[in-house]
Amino acid sequence: MDKISTCMKILVCITHVPDTTSKIAFIDNNTKFDSTNVQYIIGPYEDYAISKAVDMKSSNSAHVTVLNVGRSEADPSLRRALALGADEAVRIDADPDDTFYVASQIANHVKETPYDLILMGRESSDFNGGIVHSLVGGLLGIPAFSPVMQLNISDVKVEMTREIEGGKEYLEANLPLIAGCQEPIAEWKIPNMRGIMTARTKPFQVVEAYESESRSINKSFELPAEKEGIQLIDPNDVEKLHDLLRNEAKVI
Amino acid sequence: MSTIVFLEKEGSNIRKTSLEAISYACEISKIANTSVTGVAFGDLESSQLTKTGIYGCDKLIHVNEPSFNQAVINVYAHALNQIMIDEAADLFITAQSALADPIAAKIAILQKASIATNVSELPNIGSKFIVRRSIYSGKAFEDLVLTSPKKVISIKRNAVGLIENQKDVNIENSELKANPDMVDAVITGSDKSSGKVLLPEADIVVSAGRGLKGPENWEMIEKLANELGAAVGCSKPVSDVGWRPHHEHVGQTGIKVAPNLYIAIGISGAIQHIAGVSSSKVIVVINNDSEAPFFKNADYGIVGDAFEVVPKLIDVIRENK
Repeated sequence: MDKISTCMKILVCITHVPDTTSKIAFIDNNTKFDSTNVQYIIGPYEDYAISKAVDMKSSNSAHVTVLNVGRSEADPSLRRALALGADEAVRIDADPDDTFYVASQIANHVKETPYDLILMGRESSDFNGGIVHSLVGGLLGIPAFSPVMQLNISDVKVEMTREIEGGKEYLEANLPLIAGCQEPIAEWKIPNMRGIMTARTKPFQVVEAYESESRSINKSFELPAEKEGIQLIDPNDVEKLHDLLRNEAKVI
Repeated sequence: MSTIVFLEKEGSNIRKTSLEAISYACEISKIANTSVTGVAFGDLESSQLTKTGIYGCDKLIHVNEPSFNQAVINVYAHALNQIMIDEAADLFITAQSALADPIAAKIAILQKASIATNVSELPNIGSKFIVRRSIYSGKAFEDLVLTSPKKVISIKRNAVGLIENQKDVNIENSELKANPDMVDAVITGSDKSSGKVLLPEADIVVSAGRGLKGPENWEMIEKLANELGAAVGCSKPVSDVGWRPHHEHVGQTGIKVAPNLYIAIGISGAIQHIAGVSSSKVIVVINNDSEAPFFKNADYGIVGDAFEVVPKLIDVIRENK
C-alpha cells in the first residue's frame, strides 16, 4: 500500500480471559478450565491496544474495529471495547483453542477487510503464547512487532519502541503493520456513561469461522506442585540464610 | 533428520539461554536419534563457537556476513528457514527472547510447522509429540500435542538448564547473505544498559519494591546483586513511579523470570508480581511485614527490616567468598 486512506482503519484484536487474580483450577479430569466464579475481562495487554487505538482517533481520523475469535461468552468484552470508544465489533464464532487456528481466523478476516494498523496485546494473559501477532504477520506478509511500548505514526511511517532484554530498541516501518502492545503505549481507559450508552447502537457482527487447520491439541492441564512451606530465619541470624542457600538449596 | 537451534548473541558471547537450548535439543536427539545443528550470526570468537560442543552441538553453522548487521526479525527468519531446508531439519528450537519468539513464529509459517512457546520441560515423544507449556503466568501447565510433522519450540529459562554432553562440534562457515527483499523495518537505535546481567539470563535475581522507600536506596540492592552475580529487578509500582526503568520490572506485565534463586526485598507479593517469578527454583522473601502475602510463596523468609538485613547479608556473602 502506497498511501493510507484518509481515514485510518485500525483493527484491535482482543482476548476474553480470566481476571488476573482468578484462582486457577481444572475439571473433567484436568482437561477443562474451571470457570465457576471466575470473572472474565479483556486481556490486560489488549486494554493497552484499545486505549492506543482510541487515542489515535482523537489525533487522526480513524475507524476502530475490535475483533475477538471466540464464542458468545466473549460478547461482554467486545461491548466493553465499544464502550471504551471502538466503532464496531466483530466476533468470529469459533473456539480459540489452537494458536495457529486463531491466527488464521484473524488473517482471513483481514484479507477480506484490510486495515492500515492492527493492534493486539503482547500476549494473552491465559495461554501466554505471545506469537499470534507474528503468526498473523507471517500469514499476511506484513511486518509484526512486539512488545511495543511506544508507537507514533506520521503519514505511512511508523516509529516504534520495542522492549528487548535489558533495554529498548527503536524501529521504523511502514503501514500496514501489526503491533503487540504493552505498557506504557497508552493509559488504560474506563468506559464513561456516554460510551456505555452509545455502545448499544454500534455495529456488532458475528461471523462464521473460516476453514482452517489446527496444528496442536490440548491434552490436559496440571497445577504446579505446592511449595513445601517456608522456613523462617531470625533477622539477627543472616548467616543461617546464607548457609541454607549454599548447603541446603545449593543456589549460591 | 536434524534439529536447528538458533543461538543468540549477547555482546561477543553466545547467550547462556541459547546454550540451554542446545542442551534441550541434545536431550531430544538422544530419544529421536537426530543431530543438533546450531546457527549463530555475527562476529564470535572461535572459543564461543567450540563451547557449543560442550552442551551437545554436533554442527555449528556460523553466519558471519556483514549483510546481517542490524538485521531485523524477518531477515533472520528467512535465513534460518533456508538453513532448515538445506539441513532437512524438522525441528527448530530456540530460547525464548524478544528476538527469537517472533523469528520462531515466522519460521512456523514458512515451514507449515506446529509451534509452542513458553515450553517448560522436555517433550514427551512417543506416538505423539507432547510439550509442556507454562500458562496462566506460571499458575498452571498445559500439555500440548504438536500435530504437524515439523515443529518449532521456544523454551523457557531452566526448561532443562545447562546439561553437558561433550561433542566434537564441527564448525562450518556459511556464505549465506541477508536477503534485502525481507527487510521490512529499520532498527534506528537501541538503549541498553551495558555490562549488567540480563534478567532472563541471570541465575540469581535480586528484586526490590516499595519497601525500599526511594530510588536512592537501590545502592544496597545493586551491591547485593553484585556480590551474587545477580540481575536486579523491581516490582511494578517501583517502575510505574520511575524509581527504576521498565525493563527491570518483574511480574505478569513485565519480565517473567525463572532463575535458580529469586530474592524479593520489600515486595509484598501482589498476585501479578508472583505470576512473574513463580517459576523460580528457590524464593527468598525479606519483608518487615510478617503478613506480606509473598511469604506464602517463598522457600525461605526473614521478617525484618531490609535496611538492617540486606547490609548484613552482603557482609556474610563477602566473608564466605
